[in-house]
Amino acid sequence: METIFDFEKPIADLQLQIDKVKQVAEKTKVDMSATLLELDEKLEAKRKEIYENMTGWQNVQMSRHPSRPQTLDYIQMMCENFIELHGDRTVGDDKAIVGGFATIGEHSVMIIGHQKGKNTKERQYRNFGMANPEGYRKALRLMKLAEKFNKPVVTLIDTIGAFPGIEAEERGQGEAIARNLLEMSVLQVPIICIVIGEGASGGALGIGVGDRVYMLEHTWYSVISPESCSSILWRSWDYKEKAAESLKLTSENMLTNKLIDGVIPEPLGGAHNNPEKMAATIKEQVLTDIKDLLKKKKDKLVEERIDKFCHMGVVIEGS
Amino acid sequence: MAWFKRDKAGISTATEHKKEAPDGLWNKCPNCKKPLLNTEQIENKYVCQYCNYHLRIDSMAYFSILFDNNSFTELNANLRSADPLNFVDSKPYAERVIEVAEKTGLNDALRTGYGKINGLDLVVACMDFNFIGGSMGSVVGEKIARAIDYSIKRRIPFMIISKSGGARMMEAAFSLMQMAKTSAKLALLSKAGIPYISLLTDPTTGGVTASFAMLGDINIAEPGALIGFAGPRVIKETIKKDLPKGFQTSEFVLEHGFLDFIVDRRQLKEEVSNFIRLVS
Ligand SMILES: [Zn+2]
Repeated sequence: METIFDFEKPIADLQLQIDKVKQVAEKTKVDMSATLLELDEKLEAKRKEIYENMTGWQNVQMSRHPSRPQTLDYIQMMCENFIELHGDRTVGDDKAIVGGFATIGEHSVMIIGHQKGKNTKERQYRNFGMANPEGYRKALRLMKLAEKFNKPVVTLIDTIGAFPGIEAEERGQGEAIARNLLEMSVLQVPIICIVIGEGASGGALGIGVGDRVYMLEHTWYSVISPESCSSILWRSWDYKEKAAESLKLTSENMLTNKLIDGVIPEPLGGAHNNPEKMAATIKEQVLTDIKDLLKKKKDKLVEERIDKFCHMGVVIEGS
Repeated sequence: MAWFKRDKAGISTATEHKKEAPDGLWNKCPNCKKPLLNTEQIENKYVCQYCNYHLRIDSMAYFSILFDNNSFTELNANLRSADPLNFVDSKPYAERVIEVAEKTGLNDALRTGYGKINGLDLVVACMDFNFIGGSMGSVVGEKIARAIDYSIKRRIPFMIISKSGGARMMEAAFSLMQMAKTSAKLALLSKAGIPYISLLTDPTTGGVTASFAMLGDINIAEPGALIGFAGPRVIKETIKKDLPKGFQTSEFVLEHGFLDFIVDRRQLKEEVSNFIRLVS
């Protein structure tokens, strides 16, 4: 089943119209190519108009599209020789975060990301991409491995948050994320982070401290989901669209506010419309950055990374 | 990860106001409901003398408890919240900040300063829950970052007293990034070999727990504090089960290995200065 969002309906309607004209033309053998050409142009214009002017909430919807590529898809499309590595060596193996060594182009890298799962069964297995402390500790273990062997780290972020559960609290969800923030800020190898879907709060940032942080065009990144923000600030779930606007969570907003380093454009209509093309674009960006970052001295790399995050925030100074 | 109000009432009073209050004034202990005289409260460091309940207090009260003769120098007192996102919920954030500042006499949810405790130098950053639920926005992050810079430059031990509902939603991703910023600064402090003491008080949740509060060389907490990443209500709604008794209390967090010890506020100054002496 294909998912069409409300805001995509004008496109679907035009497509339907085109299909009908084609059917009629076939049946009646009347030449309708002029009409079709006109409709095709209209469709293209409509697609551009809609996909290039998406609201915050529409981007949130797009980031959750059921056919949107996920971490394991990108690893498969971008990498070769992937060896998945499991476990945090303490409690278990968190299925919501996957990772391992692989090659991208000519570089051997450590690639780590949230995995949400694509059908009901998979989603349950992956806990909907909501990691427990073990997930963050596994990620850190793998990053430390990368550091040991002097390999760059690539992280793919896609989560609605770290899991809020009893065991997660017992095993120190807060400490696990905090530790990652501290360790990532001083890791001695290049780190490239890309929000490929949803980037919600500490659960996202827990693998998100990098030399280069990107968002795919139609993703979101903020301190809270628009739904939760709505329920807390407006005491109702009905203000999620308003919350999405207020939070300024789109890739464009985040770049304007200098909270990320760049936006990676998606194929028109979203990453799921052309996953191969999306993967190729990401791969190109990653390779450019690896080349650039590997040239830097380690001390300088870390210093610049810390400086970048320390400049984030807006305050008024003076009485 | 959000700031929220707890149902349990807390009392927060600046020491200086209390000292001027007539002797006969009293508050009720929120736990055992017995009357507590103001003079007794100050003497007892705002701990109920009947049930040991630790009343919720503000940064000025903590500073008076820690610093010798209540003498300290405040750092960066004049930093205030901007409104980079023009955030509006039930009222504009910019207006809310001004209102809260007028009501509380605070510029934001954190005070930083340095002074001596039992003759030892210490830089302290202490959160104020009264200011929008002690939520962490750009000002909190920036003041912590600058206080750490001060610690590193003069090689003075550093302490944060956390009391926060987490992120400040009205600063959205700016607030989120303060977690990375403060953690990165703490990495530099650690590299410089300077002690960092994290004291968690009631409540410490959300992004504060998931950054500086859990990164102490020692993590210590006041008894009975709510400490956690996710708020209890969120967890309950997610798992659709009742939470076990004592869940997310200081005692629970100690038992699970994330605190070094629990400290009675009346012994706080001694314990902290003892630790600093031992590692110096
Ligand atoms: Zn009492």
